[in-house]
Amino acid sequence: MLPLDIHSLWRSGVGKIRGGVHPESRKTATADRPIDAAMPLPAMLYLSLHQHVGQPAEPVVQVGERVRKGQLLAASQGLISAPIHAPTSGVVADIMDYPAAHPSALPTPTLLLEPDGEESWIDKPDEIDPFSLAPEEIGVRVGAAGVVGMGGAAFPSAVKLNLGRRSQIQTLLINGGECEPYLTCDDRLMRERAEAIVDGILIMLHGLGCNRAIVGIEDNKPEAHAAMSTAAKLAGGRIEIAQVPSLYPMGWDKQLIGYLTGKEVPAGGRATDVGVLMHNVATAYAVRDAIRFGKPLISRIITVSGGAVAEPRNVLAPIGTPLKDLLAYCGYRPQQAARYIMGGPMMGEALPHPNVPLVKGACGILALSAAEVAATDAKSCIRCSRCVTACPAGLLPLEMASRIKAGQLEAALNYGLRDCISCGSCSYVCPSQIPLVHYFKYANGELVARQQSQHKNEQTKRLAEEKLARLQRAKDEAAAAAAARKAAAEAKKKAAEAAA
Amino acid sequence: MYILYAIFALTALGLGLGYLLGAAARYLRVEANPLVDEIEALMPGSQCGQCGYPGCRPAAEALVAGEAAPTLCPPGGRALAEQLANMLSLDLDLSGVKEQVPMVARVDETLCIGCARCFKVCPTDAIVGAQKQIHAVVADACTACNKCVDVCPTECLKLHPVKVTLRNWRWPAPAAGLAGA
Repeated sequence: MLPLDIHSLWRSGVGKIRGGVHPESRKTATADRPIDAAMPLPAMLYLSLHQHVGQPAEPVVQVGERVRKGQLLAASQGLISAPIHAPTSGVVADIMDYPAAHPSALPTPTLLLEPDGEESWIDKPDEIDPFSLAPEEIGVRVGAAGVVGMGGAAFPSAVKLNLGRRSQIQTLLINGGECEPYLTCDDRLMRERAEAIVDGILIMLHGLGCNRAIVGIEDNKPEAHAAMSTAAKLAGGRIEIAQVPSLYPMGWDKQLIGYLTGKEVPAGGRATDVGVLMHNVATAYAVRDAIRFGKPLISRIITVSGGAVAEPRNVLAPIGTPLKDLLAYCGYRPQQAARYIMGGPMMGEALPHPNVPLVKGACGILALSAAEVAATDAKSCIRCSRCVTACPAGLLPLEMASRIKAGQLEAALNYGLRDCISCGSCSYVCPSQIPLVHYFKYANGELVARQQSQHKNEQTKRLAEEKLARLQRAKDEAAAAAAARKAAAEAKKKAAEAAA
Repeated sequence: MYILYAIFALTALGLGLGYLLGAAARYLRVEANPLVDEIEALMPGSQCGQCGYPGCRPAAEALVAGEAAPTLCPPGGRALAEQLANMLSLDLDLSGVKEQVPMVARVDETLCIGCARCFKVCPTDAIVGAQKQIHAVVADACTACNKCVDVCPTECLKLHPVKVTLRNWRWPAPAAGLAGA
């Protein structure tokens, strides 16, 4: 419960917000339309083997093999990874390089599945009571079902759950903020399937051995709040439904944690450091499917919107559906599209073309018209410091950008570049239209590249030294062997002389 | 008997000259710049010669003498260039390094005859194989020093640009050059 006394409330830090912006929400186009689950199966599904944070999955099926819905297609590799399952029954057509849902759209290993339209399931286990399972088993099953963070990060959920259990968190935070403009898939999910989400939250609480969950919902979604509150009543007092102000980036974990619990996550730290774990509402829903019904993550709800889309709405589509098909299904006019964005317009990734597949972490595909895309001719910085006011991480974007522009990446690092979350608030408010976040992404990538090159230098040095040492050793050994041979030959000669 | 004189004389001569040499090494030592040692420690040490100097130490000497730019070392890349410029308090012009595309050597299996010349010259043991077997390059260990390309009799070893994948893709600098800000 939130403290009621004003003084302690202020002292606790609950309700404090740093930075943030108010972008136009543009959610009305899709918010009132029910989730559309009637999209016909596409002719081909493109399942990227690397659609989560961590190691890519390794295919376990052969090309030409007939697979059934829910069957494991690619197994997870290493500690941080996620498996991939067949979204429908069909034939594995190929395993090849196909453009990735990534700003570069570089070809990446992808499994092509040709649906047969039969939707025949593998032997699915019957519905089970999740609360009869051991808590550790929840994490194992969530991992095996390939559930990843569905708010966009695509971090394997099982890894997070296990981390939360080990660090004995006190609060599970469920993110229903959906602060990005245009996106309404979480809003619709909460309105239509609130009880299932609450069930998923209870399952996660069981898996974490934790007793308290708070769902943060922005106050621009009163219907979702009402639906979730009704559902949460059935769950007893363990789940609190909290309203948070509509402010971008309210859905950033550190911002939401700060607002709802008053705790500040240290720079470079994780939410678990302050005893909190955060998951998205759609992830809670997927966890429920995975545990209660044994159903792996094979489809998701995605917002299809933007000025170039005639009938924007939320569509339930199998993973691997080409984003172009989704746009076409919603009446998209390609000639009007000036930019494609996967995710929301603030933090999403601009795609060079929509001919890439739907991935587990994609919460939206936007085809924006020219009128919706901001001007990009950057002018000089006038040092108005609006970006400083807007930055939710408390950084000085203008100072960092000017350092990066001058090539002083180390200096930018000292200004806290690593704490930038690329939320885009600074770029959004900049009156000179300076692409500030682009500078930070560029600088962060460049710093990583340099770190790698330095690491390679050290490796090279070690290898070169070892080779020299080995050659020297071989030379010494050869010399010693030659000396020994000579000595032996002389001894032989002497012995022969003595005998003679 | 005479053999003993010879032994004594030669031993005394050897000891005397050895002592003289030792003393000379101590008292007549040429003071090397300690900076050269420090810089040599930073360098990759593969003695690849891509900088135009016969090895890493001569390159370090040239740097200290101001005859070479801190961007001289292609395998070291920008990270090394920055470290060198910091150490020598030089202004760093990275424009020359930027254009370089990272390269890696690759064996064309259809042409390789297994002559084993390449992996003998490889400073980092990045080429593996045996006589009359097709060789292969361990891409992670290759510094693109070109030594193997020079000795390959069938021209099957060539440098190719490193393939860009999702793992090594990086955001380019903002499109408007580095305007604004």
